[in-house]
Amino acid sequence: MLAIPAVAGVACLFLSANGARWLALIATLVDLVLGIVLWANFDIGGAQWQFQEHVPLFGSFGWSLGIDGFALMLVMLSVFLMPICIGASWQSITKRVPEYMSAFLFTELLMIGTFAAQDLFLFYIFFEGGLIPMFLIIGVWGGPNRVYASYKFFLYTLLGSVVMFIAMLWMAIDSGTTSIPVLLNYDFPVHAQMWLWLAFFASFAVKMPMWPVHTWLPDAHVQAPTAGSVILAGVLLKLGGYGFLRFSLPMFPEASHEFIWLIFALSAVAVIYTSLVALVQQDMKKLIAYSSVAHMAIVTIGLFAFNVYGIQGAMIMMLSHGVVSGALFMCVGVIYDRLHTREISRYGGVSYVMPKYAVLFLLFTMASIGLPATSGFVGEFLSLLGTYQVSTWTTLLCTTGIILGAAYMLYLYWRICFGKAEHEDVRLMPDLSLREIALLVPMAAVVLWMGVYPESFLAPMRKDADILAARIERAKPVGDSHLMITKAAQPAPKAAAEAE
Amino acid sequence: MDYLASLQLSLPEEILTLGALALMLVAAWGGQRATRAVSWCAVAVLLGAGIALFAAPEGVGYDGLYRADAFALFAKVLIYAAAAVGIVMAPGFFERTSGDDLRPEYPVLILLAAVGMGIMVSAGDMLSLYVGLELQNLAHYVLASFMRRDTRSSEAGLKYFVLSSLASGILLYGISLVYGFTGTTLFDDIATAYAGAHSLGLLFGLVFVFVGLAFKISAVPFHMWTPDVYEGAPTPVTGYFASAPKVAAMALLVRVAVEAMGSDVEQWRQVVIFASLASILYGSVAAIGQRNIKRMLAYSSITNVGFALIGLAAGTPEGVASVLMYLTIYIVMTLGSFLVVLQMRDAEGRQVESIASLAGMATTRPGLAWAFGIFMFSLAGIPPLFGFYAKFAVFHAAVAAGLFPLAVFGIVFSVIGAFYYLRIVKTMFFDDPAPGFPKREGVVEGGLIALAAVFVSPLGYLLIPAIGGASIAAAKALF
Repeated sequence: MLAIPAVAGVACLFLSANGARWLALIATLVDLVLGIVLWANFDIGGAQWQFQEHVPLFGSFGWSLGIDGFALMLVMLSVFLMPICIGASWQSITKRVPEYMSAFLFTELLMIGTFAAQDLFLFYIFFEGGLIPMFLIIGVWGGPNRVYASYKFFLYTLLGSVVMFIAMLWMAIDSGTTSIPVLLNYDFPVHAQMWLWLAFFASFAVKMPMWPVHTWLPDAHVQAPTAGSVILAGVLLKLGGYGFLRFSLPMFPEASHEFIWLIFALSAVAVIYTSLVALVQQDMKKLIAYSSVAHMAIVTIGLFAFNVYGIQGAMIMMLSHGVVSGALFMCVGVIYDRLHTREISRYGGVSYVMPKYAVLFLLFTMASIGLPATSGFVGEFLSLLGTYQVSTWTTLLCTTGIILGAAYMLYLYWRICFGKAEHEDVRLMPDLSLREIALLVPMAAVVLWMGVYPESFLAPMRKDADILAARIERAKPVGDSHLMITKAAQPAPKAAAEAE
Repeated sequence: MDYLASLQLSLPEEILTLGALALMLVAAWGGQRATRAVSWCAVAVLLGAGIALFAAPEGVGYDGLYRADAFALFAKVLIYAAAAVGIVMAPGFFERTSGDDLRPEYPVLILLAAVGMGIMVSAGDMLSLYVGLELQNLAHYVLASFMRRDTRSSEAGLKYFVLSSLASGILLYGISLVYGFTGTTLFDDIATAYAGAHSLGLLFGLVFVFVGLAFKISAVPFHMWTPDVYEGAPTPVTGYFASAPKVAAMALLVRVAVEAMGSDVEQWRQVVIFASLASILYGSVAAIGQRNIKRMLAYSSITNVGFALIGLAAGTPEGVASVLMYLTIYIVMTLGSFLVVLQMRDAEGRQVESIASLAGMATTRPGLAWAFGIFMFSLAGIPPLFGFYAKFAVFHAAVAAGLFPLAVFGIVFSVIGAFYYLRIVKTMFFDDPAPGFPKREGVVEGGLIALAAVFVSPLGYLLIPAIGGASIAAAKALF
């Protein structure tokens, strides 16, 4: 699975533009098929870690891969979005195509590697390695201000990560192992946990991105090509959430408890602040970028709710956001390809000229708002349900943010699709081509699937969420809400499904 | 130990010396025409010396003056390899540069310098240390000013000579102080004296020795000569300066620190930590403003010395092994970068050195640009490239030794360094093409660039067991 993008990535460099396109598409599709096979063979409720492989290299450091339910879902997200990205750049990228495709394939390789890594340093290598192709994608194929954006992206995330690197070194020396499954059950001294937690927080908060270190994201999104934005929003942001889930919570439970106030405060600020900022954006991509920050904040509060609902909700939220925001960026890309502007005011009345487009765009808008029956609802509902048990106030604030979310997304949709088509060129825009439909419809299908029957996504993760919740049980916050949800209410996810 | 056995130990140096002398005669008789032949013969001599390295027994010879151990072996392999590349790089460069020709003295001088560097890393005594150091220095002064008609080159040679002599003076002064207070110049005996109640005078002497060596590795605050000499010297010489002598001086510093002063690491650790952090910070910040690629790489070498010193500051076998690992990866990246710099020409085929002339190289010369991009990312220490493992090794050693502040500051400063490496990548990949470099590189140069690029690519990790094992064995030899 990792070998395919690597080989194809190198091979792409030696091909013509068209050859590279086809090879990349085939390679990513094969990886998607492999991903589905992986999912089918994943033994739900079986061993925590499956499909392990281990080749020691030097000392305890080695090539060691394996996945659990969380990782499986995120790997699926990556392999699902990749062919779509390749398809999205079929026509819009015309210069240096082989290098472009190669960069994407390497990104895919590194992302899958990050999720599947079972060695601390292997994780770091994949985690950081993703910077290089992304830097090139933004810098070479990006918009007019691409150099600034790519630098900002690179240096911001690098600075966040290097501190984590030192923390990893300390962990490896203190515990004598670099194996993640072993470290998950290793108890670090409480005072050290604080420092380690902060070091990891520096990295994941930037990646996530949390307010106030989110400022690289709008720049990077606006300047990146469409497919770059899709990958950035769809998968790279998930690395931060995955990091919290994989490292911060289970490895430093006491420290996580200590810092809940920080996470909740930052997330609550993020939800409201970025929603307000999104409301006044004139640039479509910027608006969606800010909405990403708001949505990821809901993921963080869900994670730090310290209970099964919160964790599952956060995971679903990440998956859903990956698909939905990816789809929204695709929608922006579609009309950008036609008019070459992201200025919202240049559009209007698009629903008359592009009815098919308007329908799909509406679906993704609704999913982003979190309307029941779409994937966004399940994630938000579960996250907030989990949080409500811990902090009523945070939940209240975040729910306000969701209302604001509805406001800016509907406002965006209204300005683009409704009204009169005032501009001559808007009236001439052709509706979706076959290629664009082929890209957007699978995403729409997944969004609905996740909204109507989230069980198929929750099932592989349930056991891991339980393990994680049990692991952090001892540091669980008491909570200010007296609403106690008993074990009888366990099938809450199904309730969510039935809510539609 | 009798004299014959000693001669056996220093077999590589003997081969190099005899080879250099023989080739000098050839050069004297053959003149300009013999350049190419002499160059290839010199490479063959280096290869022979390399084989002799493994054939020669280990041990201590010449009454403790000379040591052939795993540590010296490791350093010498690096030195000989870098010297060979330094010779191979030269002919192409001089062909393209009007004014001066490559004369056959060039490979001979490098061979003599290699002898000096070999003695340095094998030194077991302050005197053999100094003799080796001066032998390589004298050869290097001439190499720096090898382009006789070029004022910058002559300036570089002169600057190098004056400043380096000063540093040698300081070193000698330190040695004399050490001798005065301990009555010996042998490292082992110094170590015995040092392990007891060490007097202020001995400490003074050792600090002076450290200063002299810090100059040779161009650690801040003794780095001032580096950018000027690197810029002025002919490019192949610069590439060679940035690799082989760095390894030799660094290895020598490690040996003095560990063998002579190993019993009390705390005493010199703070000096090393200061030099290390100052080098990383100063090298990174000063490199940002550079327009000349050679100057930029000079600052980059200062930064890299700082990182290698982190490993030394740990003062453990693991730390020493990490220094060797770092040096190995560093010289490959550096030589690779300079080989790329050698390919930079303007439309008439002359050498150019400004960073701006790299613009848009990704479209005009994609292969070269990708290779250079890999070197730059690797120098910045971004995984998954092999340069990351070099940093990993030194930081691991530092954290294991409990030096958290050093590790944290070092790695945060390295982000500043990433900025200017990225600038090169940005110039090559993002900017509009400048008039490209018309001529293609020769087979040898292209092959070497490709080899270096593969080495620093993630494939390099496959070499970790081999290099790591050798470096640990080498480090153990010192403790």
